[in-house]
Amino acid sequence: MDIIKQISDNLQRGEDEEVYNFTRRAIEQNLPAKSILDDGLIAGMSVVGEKFKAHEIFLPDVLLAAKAMYAGMDQLKPLMIKEGIPTIGKVVVGSVQGDLHDIGKNLVAIMLRGAGFEIIDLGNDVPPEKFIDTALENEAAVIGMSALLTTTMPVMKKVVDLVKARNLSDKVKIIVGGAPLTEDYARQIGADAYGFDGMNAVDKVKELLGLH
Amino acid sequence: MREIVEISFENIIPDKIAVLKNQGISKLSDLTDKVNQLCDDALALFKELNNPIGVYSELSKGLFEEIYEGEGANEVPSPVAEIFPRAKKLALFALTVGGELSDKIVELFENHDYALGSMLDSVASEATENAGIYMESYYFSSVVGTDNISIDDLVMRYSPGYCGWHISGQGKLFEFLNPEEIGIELNDSYLMMPLKSISGVMIVGSREIHEFEIAYRFCDECKTMNCRDRIKEILDR
Repeated sequence: MDIIKQISDNLQRGEDEEVYNFTRRAIEQNLPAKSILDDGLIAGMSVVGEKFKAHEIFLPDVLLAAKAMYAGMDQLKPLMIKEGIPTIGKVVVGSVQGDLHDIGKNLVAIMLRGAGFEIIDLGNDVPPEKFIDTALENEAAVIGMSALLTTTMPVMKKVVDLVKARNLSDKVKIIVGGAPLTEDYARQIGADAYGFDGMNAVDKVKELLGLH
Repeated sequence: MREIVEISFENIIPDKIAVLKNQGISKLSDLTDKVNQLCDDALALFKELNNPIGVYSELSKGLFEEIYEGEGANEVPSPVAEIFPRAKKLALFALTVGGELSDKIVELFENHDYALGSMLDSVASEATENAGIYMESYYFSSVVGTDNISIDDLVMRYSPGYCGWHISGQGKLFEFLNPEEIGIELNDSYLMMPLKSISGVMIVGSREIHEFEIAYRFCDECKTMNCRDRIKEILDR
């Protein structure tokens, strides 16, 4: 079987050691890094994403696949940098100021990485200006914010207002999510999108960037 | 009456099926060997790292009214405001399953062991809920037979951040209860640390006082609706 297909198939099964080994072999065989990435790793995660949406597999399966993806990406990264292969986009993510919950944010970051995005993860308790400054420094087109407390949700509006005040609305799009949030709330505060889970966030970010 | 309650692992062992449901797996036919092993690994880790403890303190209805009022941000009307005046006894409580678990979850994610980190998070969440149930049971067994409380009465807990009780209510609750004594801190956003902690009020009374219609203004915005299960539990008892 074609080695790239082996990477994709093993990733879908969550076999991180096999993905590591096959990626290693693909690199040694001088296969193009972009092909290993697009047709092996991202293609595998894409199948995982579709199966998850169809309720054929569940969160643990997705996360096992994500670990396998990481095993492959970790080896591919130096090659991608060397060959100047860009990611499909950059996203700054974080839990807003005052909020220390980060499981949801982590899951979104994992799914976005699996889709080929570069993630700049600011962690938790992130002040409003830091989201924007980091996005500008890294030329990230999307800011993703998470909040799990009603007391921290208002920080999201501060970020949206700051983006508008600095005339960056065309340059930086904002997606929000978290247990107490709704699509209505996202709309009220002027966010560009709302993601109800990791997979949905991937779809919404792709829409925001015109990648669908 | 104020008491620090020692809670053991045996009191809060998470139910595997509940953990898997938390991970989105509601049918055993969907469970693979790999995920089953993951769950077992997470349960073993939880057993190693858990350090549960709780505290409760009884108070008068008048004092609770003041604490419940908090920063004046509660929804009006709300279930708790309508239930507590009919209580036979009230006690504020707080508990945690321990901070090492949260640290371990962070470590697992940092090491890209996402599936185990997420599963451990679900185990810890279920265990925290079980600790809440244990606390209710412990408190009830200490008051039944006193102050006109019979075995036909029951205890239910209600927490800030739910059912119209604004999360800022944690502030006054913490001032009164002082859960810092058992290692639970509150940040400026009213977030408890360790993360796997819960707090609130335990209300003892007849089952009728705890049955409420899910028809409050904020019910439409609620994503969990776990009051339904709790009310069903009352009706089934």
